[in-house]
Amino acid sequence: MTRYTQPTTFFTKEHEWVTVHNDLATVGITHFAENALGDIVFVELPDVGAEFALGDDMAVVESVKAASDVYAPISGKVVEVNIVLTDKPETVNESPTEKGWFCVLQIKDGDEIASLMDEAAYKAFCETL
Amino acid sequence: MSDTTTEDLKRTPLYDLHVECGAKLVPFAGYEMPVQFPAGVMEEHNWTRQHAGLFDVSHMGPCFLSLEEGIGGGDEAHAKIAAMVEELVPSDITSLKPGQARLTVLLNAEGGILDDLIITRPIGDEAQGSLYIVVNGAMKEQDWGIFEKALAGRAVLTRADDRILFALQGPEAVDVMTDFFPGCEELSFMQHMPFELNGTRCIVSRCGYTGEDGFEVLVQPEAGLPLVKEMMTDERVMPIGLGARDSLRLEAGLCLYGHDLDPATSPIEADLGWVIQKRRREAGDFPGAERILRERSEGPARKRVGIKPLERAPAREGTEIFIGDEKVGIVTSGGFGPTVEHPVAMGYVATAHAVTGTEVQLMVRGKARPAVIADLPFVPHNYKR
Repeated sequence: MTRYTQPTTFFTKEHEWVTVHNDLATVGITHFAENALGDIVFVELPDVGAEFALGDDMAVVESVKAASDVYAPISGKVVEVNIVLTDKPETVNESPTEKGWFCVLQIKDGDEIASLMDEAAYKAFCETL
Repeated sequence: MSDTTTEDLKRTPLYDLHVECGAKLVPFAGYEMPVQFPAGVMEEHNWTRQHAGLFDVSHMGPCFLSLEEGIGGGDEAHAKIAAMVEELVPSDITSLKPGQARLTVLLNAEGGILDDLIITRPIGDEAQGSLYIVVNGAMKEQDWGIFEKALAGRAVLTRADDRILFALQGPEAVDVMTDFFPGCEELSFMQHMPFELNGTRCIVSRCGYTGEDGFEVLVQPEAGLPLVKEMMTDERVMPIGLGARDSLRLEAGLCLYGHDLDPATSPIEADLGWVIQKRRREAGDFPGAERILRERSEGPARKRVGIKPLERAPAREGTEIFIGDEKVGIVTSGGFGPTVEHPVAMGYVATAHAVTGTEVQLMVRGKARPAVIADLPFVPHNYKR
């Protein structure tokens, strides 16, 4: 009998969110991050098939003023990217945690998930900033 | 996030107002300055192009340079102070009419640019023999040191950076300004007139650095703070931070000192040859004249140009410019232009390639991105001539 699990969302101190569903993780940046960056005018997405270790530079977001790196929140291989962001980078501002996702990673090391924050811990973390 | 401590940063007289307006503050030129307000860079930029944006530029270096022997004395006094300043800058200051201002550059002995600045001749006869000068905030200690050393015993420099200096920029700026300073609408671009405000004198100049029509006002804090607060209640006026200030001046093709201009760069390379008027060119009596006049007649090795990236990726300062395998230049300012709705950049390329329409590649994070050399400005200037 197959057991289905509910997707669960985790967060990093770099303000990325990671929604884990089985061995796949969808990654994006949080409302806190997009708000701090301001109007996003360009997103450089990783190539499908690229492999990243935890903490690697994975993508770049550019606001009017500056470019910022997005780090791989966990190790994994890119299986899908959100090509909507190529033509409509402002989607990240408009819908950071839904339509503005960056990519889907195939999880390499499930233990890394344990080091991420859950929603309550992330909320508490943001309040310290 | 920056690690710079805020302890030794200065604050302008408008600091509390920025905080009240919800500004995000950053260290800039030794001051704690608003980089953006809650509206955000994009909206602040567009608002300035359509209405009126209010910029605190009190961190800059306004000053007065006056004859040691005293001021007043008409054209003769002006000619004396102008001749002194002309030892340091290549522009014709002598021929300025009362009330007229001019952009110029402070030069080193090699003809490199130490700063860009605006020099204004006062209107009243009693003020002749003095000049109103505004230099860049980050360069003011250097510049004022140069003036004081070069003109010691001949002229006195009075700093005015304890005052409020603000700019109101945009197509509706003139209507707002006229409510507060009736008559200022008569000014043309690069002209100024003095006003009395609550018993203190202030200087209103029709200039700015956004490419839009607009004004700059130098005023004592006691009179200036209520003025700025009242102006901010006008629905046509929005406070604007450094972020939009940068995207506005970049679209307008205007140089940012320390980025597009530096001590190694000549006015000819920077495509600012027009700041050197005919009388000065013919006399060749300014620092670095030999190099500057040679570059003017033979052409410089490299030249400042506009660069339009053809894809959506902005090319930031430091991006290398290639044609095939050959590196031909470097980006000195780059970002996104909200008005033109595409990335915009400025930089220096070898003169042979400084031709509008030339196809180049920009190396952005290791990827070659197509771009073309483009005319400056990206957005037409809207000055009141």
